[in-house]
Amino acid sequence: MKKFTKLDALVVPLDRANVDTDAIIPKQFLKSIKRSGFGPNAFDEWRYLDHGEPDMDNSRRPLNPDFVLNKPRYQGAQILLARENFGCGSSREHAPWALDDYGFRAIIAPSFADIFYNNCFKNGLLPIRLDADKVDTLFREVEAREGYRLAIDLEAQTIATPSGRVFSFEIDAFRKHCLLNGLDDIGLTFQHVDEIAAYEKKHLAESPWL
Amino acid sequence: MSAQTLYDKLWNSHLVRQDEDGAALIYIDRQLVHEVTSPQAFEGLRLAGRKPWRTASMLAVPDHNVPTAHREAGIADPISRIQVETLDANCAEFGVTEFKMDDIRQGIVHVIGPEQGATLPGMTVVCGDSHTSTHGAFAALAHGIGTSEVEHVMATQCLVAKKSHSMEVRIEGELPKGVTAKDIALAVIGKIGTAGGTGYAIEFTGSTVRALSMESRMTLCNMAIEAGARAGMVAADETTFAYLKGRPFAPQGEMWDKAVEQWRGLKSDPGAVFDAVVVLDATGIRPQVTWGTSPEMVAGIDGRVPDPESVSAEKREGVERALAYMGLKANTPITEIKIDKVFIGSCTNARIEDMRAAAQIARGKKIAPNVKQALVVPGSGLVKRQAEQEGLDKIFMEAGFEWRDPGCSMCLAMNDDRLEPGERCASTSNRNFEGRQGQGGRTHLVSPEMAAAAAIAGHFVDVSKW
Repeated sequence: MKKFTKLDALVVPLDRANVDTDAIIPKQFLKSIKRSGFGPNAFDEWRYLDHGEPDMDNSRRPLNPDFVLNKPRYQGAQILLARENFGCGSSREHAPWALDDYGFRAIIAPSFADIFYNNCFKNGLLPIRLDADKVDTLFREVEAREGYRLAIDLEAQTIATPSGRVFSFEIDAFRKHCLLNGLDDIGLTFQHVDEIAAYEKKHLAESPWL
Repeated sequence: MSAQTLYDKLWNSHLVRQDEDGAALIYIDRQLVHEVTSPQAFEGLRLAGRKPWRTASMLAVPDHNVPTAHREAGIADPISRIQVETLDANCAEFGVTEFKMDDIRQGIVHVIGPEQGATLPGMTVVCGDSHTSTHGAFAALAHGIGTSEVEHVMATQCLVAKKSHSMEVRIEGELPKGVTAKDIALAVIGKIGTAGGTGYAIEFTGSTVRALSMESRMTLCNMAIEAGARAGMVAADETTFAYLKGRPFAPQGEMWDKAVEQWRGLKSDPGAVFDAVVVLDATGIRPQVTWGTSPEMVAGIDGRVPDPESVSAEKREGVERALAYMGLKANTPITEIKIDKVFIGSCTNARIEDMRAAAQIARGKKIAPNVKQALVVPGSGLVKRQAEQEGLDKIFMEAGFEWRDPGCSMCLAMNDDRLEPGERCASTSNRNFEGRQGQGGRTHLVSPEMAAAAAIAGHFVDVSKW
């Protein structure tokens, strides 16, 4: 897995609540059996004016000029600023795959849906929960100033604005450790193989129908 | 030991190890697998040279991409076909039991698990699908996971998890006529919101829940995720045991008796404390209809589409956007909303009781002229066969409904069943998100009874007065 340590990057604001994973990556693209290549179809229904299908050449499709990701000032953004309950709905990991493939490395929102939040960490993508009033402040600042960037420091658990204000954020120690070091969960869990085997033996003896 | 909730009991009995930083490893008893969220997980195993830890814990079925008509001709869309063939090949390679597309036991993963007795009380159940919460109806700890976690469970039989908070949703009183588990679920979501359960595992309790059939309990737990909760659950009781007895994957004979004895303890202890409690009076619940693009945007059948001017400032923009997408005017009575299509199916409402309830409404009637298509998609091949033995297929077809083969179908429109832009659908599924049933499609979530009644009337009607 990709490491995440520090990031200083352009921010794009997506100003709507309850953005669901169907919106992040529509179902027709879930037919792929690969993990990569979902970026051109991230937010497909909002981003393009036509209906997207998996076999299309996305570079020839008409873009929706009103959608925030298409605005010239936000090209190259790696930080997505979002609203409440981001990533709700389906468990599809294709959603973080699409955001990652698009180029995002971090998402800042007041709250995330549980499964989506979890899925981000498996892909080196940092979801940051920040109080709604602070997120409001960031929305106002990013919209007011072209080229607005934020500096995220995962080790210090801080976000710094261009004016030098610093916001702290919370994150689980285990997830932080994995992300900082780019550790793969399966490899870590295999360190406990004996414990798993011992548990399993006892568990299946107690409930032999399992 | 102090009084424990059902969730505490399920968590504690599956805890392999607990680290000081809160991360835990929990053992997984059952992993259900479908074609959409598993190919990358199987590929990960292959690339790392790993094998599944315990293939006997896995059960696979193709459901999202399968056609619901002319199945004998195969899957026309080559990309969908490859995904289903990939599942077949992966299951063959790794020795995983699979109910293939032509198997009578094939169906929606959350319908076939319980139907086979592959979901049992006291189990931990996972699947790469958010509606895995359905299986919590059996006093199991069941939740949806992402594909990386699917691979993790395949490889290690464990999940890295952190214990959720607990929420009791207590529903008391007798359900009024025409009001179902679907209406309870939507009423709960309307009350606490789609993020109200985020970070929580919900236990549904109270006299109303105890009186529900297993199929209704599944409907209720299925929608827990739409309230933001990864897991929903109901205590085990005689209803649970009666449903499971004799099912193919359930224990038999002496083993059954031993299992039931253990399962009787799968309920919250008296005095157990939940982190949050929500109470609902069932007698006050009306048949529900969603009007917006989130399941929390819901009203009773005698309600109206809200006026953005009368909602709080922070919600106004969301309501305005939803009404624009849905093509609805503020203050329109719900009963005046006309529909173009009807979908009866999905992991929420495609079990035999749902089929019976909808057929009861449709019996001897005809669908309205403005309804272009009304689909009935049973949840499994066995549900379909049972319904046909009861003559339900004939009732539906005589009324003008199409009687299809089992699958996820128009709930998420990964196969050919979908809405065209602007079409309005009365749907028994679980999500009314923009584009969910087809780009530009407009979804109203309802119970099977309400969907069937809307098909006949051409608009929403109060099924309690049917």
